Amino acid sequence: MHMADALLSPAVGGTFWAATVGAIAWCAKKVQQELNDRKVPLMGVLGAFVFAAQMINFTIPGTGSSGHIGGGMLLAILLGPQAAFLTIASVLVVQALFFADGGLLALGCNIFNLGFFPCFLAYPLLYKPLAGNGQNHRRIAAGAILAAVVGLQLGAVAVVAETVLSGISALPLQTFLWAMLPIHLAIGLVEGAVTATVVLFVRQARPEILDCAIGGQPPTARPIAKLLAGLAAAAVFTGGVLSWFASTFPDGLEWSIEQVRGKKELAAPAEGIHGMLAGFQEKIALLPDYAFTIGEQKAIGETVAHRAGPPAWPAVDAGTSVAGLVGGSLTLLLTLGLALLFRKRRAIA
Amino acid sequence: MSTIESAFIDLQRLDRLAACDSAVHRLDPRVKVLITLAFLVCVVSFDKYAIAGLLPFALFLTLVIGLSGIPSGFVLNRVLLAAPLALLIGLFNPVYDHQPLMRFGTLVIAGGWLSLLSLVLRFCLTVGAVLALIATTGFNAVCRALEQLGMPTVLAVQLLLLYRYLFVLVEEGLRLNRARVLRSFQGRGLGIRACSFLLGSLLLRTLDRSQRIHLAMRCRGFDGTIHTRNPLRLNGRDVLTLTIVLAALLAMRVFDGPMLLGRFVTGLMA
Repeated sequence: MHMADALLSPAVGGTFWAATVGAIAWCAKKVQQELNDRKVPLMGVLGAFVFAAQMINFTIPGTGSSGHIGGGMLLAILLGPQAAFLTIASVLVVQALFFADGGLLALGCNIFNLGFFPCFLAYPLLYKPLAGNGQNHRRIAAGAILAAVVGLQLGAVAVVAETVLSGISALPLQTFLWAMLPIHLAIGLVEGAVTATVVLFVRQARPEILDCAIGGQPPTARPIAKLLAGLAAAAVFTGGVLSWFASTFPDGLEWSIEQVRGKKELAAPAEGIHGMLAGFQEKIALLPDYAFTIGEQKAIGETVAHRAGPPAWPAVDAGTSVAGLVGGSLTLLLTLGLALLFRKRRAIA
Repeated sequence: MSTIESAFIDLQRLDRLAACDSAVHRLDPRVKVLITLAFLVCVVSFDKYAIAGLLPFALFLTLVIGLSGIPSGFVLNRVLLAAPLALLIGLFNPVYDHQPLMRFGTLVIAGGWLSLLSLVLRFCLTVGAVLALIATTGFNAVCRALEQLGMPTVLAVQLLLLYRYLFVLVEEGLRLNRARVLRSFQGRGLGIRACSFLLGSLLLRTLDRSQRIHLAMRCRGFDGTIHTRNPLRLNGRDVLTLTIVLAALLAMRVFDGPMLLGRFVTGLMA
């Protein structure tokens, strides 16, 4: 479920970074305003608890495989949305830095996918109304399961959207969605069941812990609307600024046009898209005949993907290909040579 | 499970590596964070078929890792551990993308294979860069750098506390899990229900621990911030390194070095 840097384009990564930074700043302000410094060690230790909880595996019924808890919804229930968002963010930072789960650029996306949806949509809109004042066991269980499922589904959709928008992977939107959603439905159900059982266990053993969490909530309706508006503004602003910035790179403008168009067209049914795109492509292409001869195109048939933007080697020209290959190999050799040199030096030292 | 456990063991090793000394280690953490970010943005901003253009960045990363004295086997190992996800998604590229992009004589290479190779390459570079950052800087210094670069103090304190208790709690989780697995026969007691109760008691213990920590911190005058002894100070060497490296990264991004080199060499031969 973690996005990797390698799958992201800078515009998508930057936009989600901006959204996440806005959300973190807002949460940090809120948590500091609460003036409850008891929450500071609580957040830190609960963040570490998420890692510890992931050491405890359980068998998943019906599959024989085993899994572990993700913990986002549990944190939201125990800490409230703002503190939980910061805690999830810190967990993801540690995972990105030490576990190579996701990367630094993808961190914005990951915090947004795994933190924003459970904390600011699923928790206030589903868990809180369903669980009510926390007296009814069934309502708590139903709320936890539903919130976990919806939070994870939204996260999965966001992962798909970010990947497709970035355009590094050639996976079509529909195929990707069909692969992601059912898996995350199952994961969400298990996560929800575990979360519900843990919450009920805590409620039975130490009811005051949950009361404290519920009591510390600010009213949720208005700030959320404000936050969403702020995030949207931040996203639009950075989108504009970043694409302008990207256009100072050689192929940036065409690349970003292609991104935008790719998004619109991918949502439509698969048939006929390629033809339309090919038409667009010919109209805007800087080098109208850049691809290859028409004879070849026909031979390859319908499957030829025209929407591949400006490739690294704009013209399929054997000379350019050879030069690229020779240069690339030389650089690679140089890299390997350097690595060996350092290795030898260390062996001597 | 085994990956998380081994990753956790690696975590301690990363900490030890960060305590070593080299020219790269001695740089200001902020400089290293900024260089890493610039490196990542450059690598990620290549278009999806770029391969040759990415290789100078591999050269740069090798240089940094070599200078810092991090064992290259360690970095490669970690990159391989994290690779399956990117590979899984990348493997669909050759399936969906048949556009011919390169031609050597009669051999035509489809775009999908190029973009798969490009994806694997940028995956190695991005993961390697982050590993190099953390292995030469250490988590606490990265947190301080991020705080100085504008991260909210609450989040910085949160990260430091999380990191401090990570080791204690993860070991506790591992112990609990081991004890349960040893007492389980034919997979009994490993289900969701038993596991949730176990998690619940771990959670209660954790909450109690946080209360004790809070009291101890209050006794020592905690006011919501963690104070450190050595304030970060930029010196001339840091600024110079930052300028040179950023210029070099930009140059590598703008000029296709391998292509120029290739043209030069093929031109010589022709």
